[in-house]
Amino acid sequence: MTEAPAPPSAAEAPPRRGAARAWRRFRRRPMPMTGLVLVAGFLLLAIAGPLATGDPAAQDYAATLAPPSGAHPLGTDDLGRDALARVAHGAQVSLQAGVLSTLLAMAAGIPIGLVAGFYRRWLDPVVMRLVDVTLAFPFLVFAVGLAAIIGPSLKGVVLALGFSQLPAVIRITRGEVLSIREMDYVSAAVADGASDGYIMLRYVLPNCAAPLIVQATVAIPAAIIGEATLSFLGLGVQPPTPSWGVMLTTAQQYLDVAPWLAIWPGLMIALATLGFNLLGDGLRDVLDPRSGR
Amino acid sequence: MSLLRITDLTVGFDTDDGLVQAVKGISLELAEGEILALCGESGCGKSVTAMSVPRLLPPETTRLSGSIELDGRELTELPESQLRRIRGKDVSVVFQEPMTSLNPSFTVGYQIAEVLRRHEGLSRRAARDRAVELLELVGIPLPARRVKEYPHQLSGGMRQRVMIAIAVACSPRVLIADEPTTALDVTIQAGVLDVFRDLRDRLGTAVILITHDLGVVADIADRAVVMYAGRAVEQAPVDELFARPRHPYTLGLMRALPSAAVNGRLAEIPGLVPSPLSDPDECAFHARCPRAQADCVLKRPELVRQADEHLAACFHPGGPS
Repeated sequence: MTEAPAPPSAAEAPPRRGAARAWRRFRRRPMPMTGLVLVAGFLLLAIAGPLATGDPAAQDYAATLAPPSGAHPLGTDDLGRDALARVAHGAQVSLQAGVLSTLLAMAAGIPIGLVAGFYRRWLDPVVMRLVDVTLAFPFLVFAVGLAAIIGPSLKGVVLALGFSQLPAVIRITRGEVLSIREMDYVSAAVADGASDGYIMLRYVLPNCAAPLIVQATVAIPAAIIGEATLSFLGLGVQPPTPSWGVMLTTAQQYLDVAPWLAIWPGLMIALATLGFNLLGDGLRDVLDPRSGR
Repeated sequence: MSLLRITDLTVGFDTDDGLVQAVKGISLELAEGEILALCGESGCGKSVTAMSVPRLLPPETTRLSGSIELDGRELTELPESQLRRIRGKDVSVVFQEPMTSLNPSFTVGYQIAEVLRRHEGLSRRAARDRAVELLELVGIPLPARRVKEYPHQLSGGMRQRVMIAIAVACSPRVLIADEPTTALDVTIQAGVLDVFRDLRDRLGTAVILITHDLGVVADIADRAVVMYAGRAVEQAPVDELFARPRHPYTLGLMRALPSAAVNGRLAEIPGLVPSPLSDPDECAFHARCPRAQADCVLKRPELVRQADEHLAACFHPGGPS
């Protein structure tokens, strides 16, 4: 026995992981909690807001460009439409664009990244060069181009943003898979007679979930801004559907007489984005084992 | 008839420097219920020899020839799909690193049950019940509770026992244990070795134990094959090997044991292992051998019978003492 016994490493008594522990760690941090509150507020506004407020298309010609008042807490726009109702319905559009496009990117990108990273051979370089090419375009430029091709609508926005997010998702998944596939537990699964598909689904995918969850919290706010930008440029959601981007387009013309029209949607975009980003940073700290325990 | 028969196995790997021969023609047999130790230093080919049986070597770069017969069935010609049915069922492996060899995302019970469902077709519930029995078999206390725990909740020794439980779940004919105790505390080592002994006695599992630790060999193995630079240099029942080592390399390994230390210093073997890229027709050990003579560089010594069941590949073997 020429070898000294391995010193008991820090991993010998690993801290409890799992959801309960992650939540305990998360709860103590002020910034992620702020993010969580903002995101919860955004979700509430997007889901319950449209039900609680009136018709966003109802026009009140007696009160066009009216400042905030009892009847219209956030004021009205140039056609006398209630800004509060439009902000609430706009939140719904933003949520749809953010979540659906991210889901789309994940649904397509994760399998591609998984297979490319797992099998490598000829597939991996081909996929990754394509990813590099698309990543060379700035996200919004790419989305604007795609939206122009697909045509202006919420569906177009979701497709354009989802496709623009795709390369990042593929790259992150593939990078994780490359490191996970070298883990001892993957070799052990091969030795136990597991098939490639089984290993990918049960051994590789669950163990690269954490960075993908974090990626989702980055992708959703990027898509929210993306939707607002496309709609602002007229490439996204079309009036009269209320979208924060559409509202900003209108507000731009009345900045001097009705500045609140620009403030509310702008503030909403800022808060929703901030919330997701703070939440994402917090999740990264809590979920990613490499950022220290 | 022997359970596993490896005949003239040669394994090489394509590398940027050319073909590296890791195993250069090894033959060995394993009987049912036998514990065979493959020992030697790092890079001597002991792991590669054992991993060739379930063919757990990178397929793109591995060049394998020779014959591996399990129960008379040739394994080297089986396609991957049929090998999968053998891996974990007829031949299973326990790896060196218990800390990282379990999937962190699932409970240990799930991971044991997974093998049973794959190879034995057990239902979810039956597999779960069997997992509890297996944890008990490998000596884990409170198995009904442990089965629901995640790997990070278990110590290294317990994780290694879980790995063994997974490996023996389908009552394999051959269990390959690759340095199963190296990463464990000395106090835990003995317990894990007891598990192997117990499984052999109860289930009749034959074990190929890969180790560089002669203490482990003496403790548990029935027979040992000492490897050097890709070849078997000595092969004997363990009692015979320790009583009368014939090959100077085996002797050198034994002198390097702490119990054999003279004046508190361990005797090391001088020199370096020859490069695996070239393979001249000479004794690979001659440059480091205290008994080397002129004939050692003229021709490679074959593995020849020195005594009953005792083989050594040396022109100047130590005589019976």
